[in-house]
Amino acid sequence: MNMQRREALKSTGAMGLFGVLVAAGLITPELAHAAWDKAAFEAKSMEDVLKALGAGKPADSKDVQLSGPDIAENGAVVPVGVKSALPGTEFVAILVEKNPNMLAASFTLPEGTAADVSTRIKMGQTSNVYALVKAGGSYYMTVKEIKVTLGGCGG
Amino acid sequence: MAAGPMRIRAASNGTETEVKILMSHDMETGQRKDASGNLIPAHHITEITATHNGRVVLAGQFGPAVAKNPYLQFKFKGGAKGDKVSVSWVDNKGEKRTDEVVVS
Repeated sequence: MNMQRREALKSTGAMGLFGVLVAAGLITPELAHAAWDKAAFEAKSMEDVLKALGAGKPADSKDVQLSGPDIAENGAVVPVGVKSALPGTEFVAILVEKNPNMLAASFTLPEGTAADVSTRIKMGQTSNVYALVKAGGSYYMTVKEIKVTLGGCGG
Repeated sequence: MAAGPMRIRAASNGTETEVKILMSHDMETGQRKDASGNLIPAHHITEITATHNGRVVLAGQFGPAVAKNPYLQFKFKGGAKGDKVSVSWVDNKGEKRTDEVVVS
């Protein structure tokens, strides 16, 4: 009887259970302070991202502004910014429709932090870019098309 | 590539502090192939936290679609000259980095 093998099997079994519990949200991995939202970042369609974020059906809002170039010459570095005029904006996410995984980045804004975040993203091709915002318990969204002349996702 | 230090700037105008961060990270997407056609495994920052005097002022999560050497800019209320703003990130391989800057 190979005891080592038995031990190994036991521990992988335990790991599997741990993984399931983590996925179900029952345990948060102690390494991460605010566990990375794997499901949302690996989602490939708009519905899946919204579902993973628990966003339901966001309403279009003019109070959410997405800034960025109309035409990005280099898809590897596309500056985008999200601004929200909605009171109590607590969450901001940037989604790129035609990227392999739609969700690019998300931000949690504690009270006192302005709903005005800028970053740079990669875009594989011309696509709609969405800014998703949570304010006062509801989700709002705005969209902008950014044309890309040179893709930023390898190739 | 080992991640280099972040460049952080935090400037207060009396009521608000504007923070600009430039991280040094490859942000490999996992979609690219190397010269021999093998996929280069994903290696990107997953989480970033900024704190002001120990209070979290921004918590972000990044996917691989954030550009190489990520840039981030945000503002928070409060913050006086001489205060400390600290930024840390963790990547999907468990590498970490924390840098601190004094508000100017």
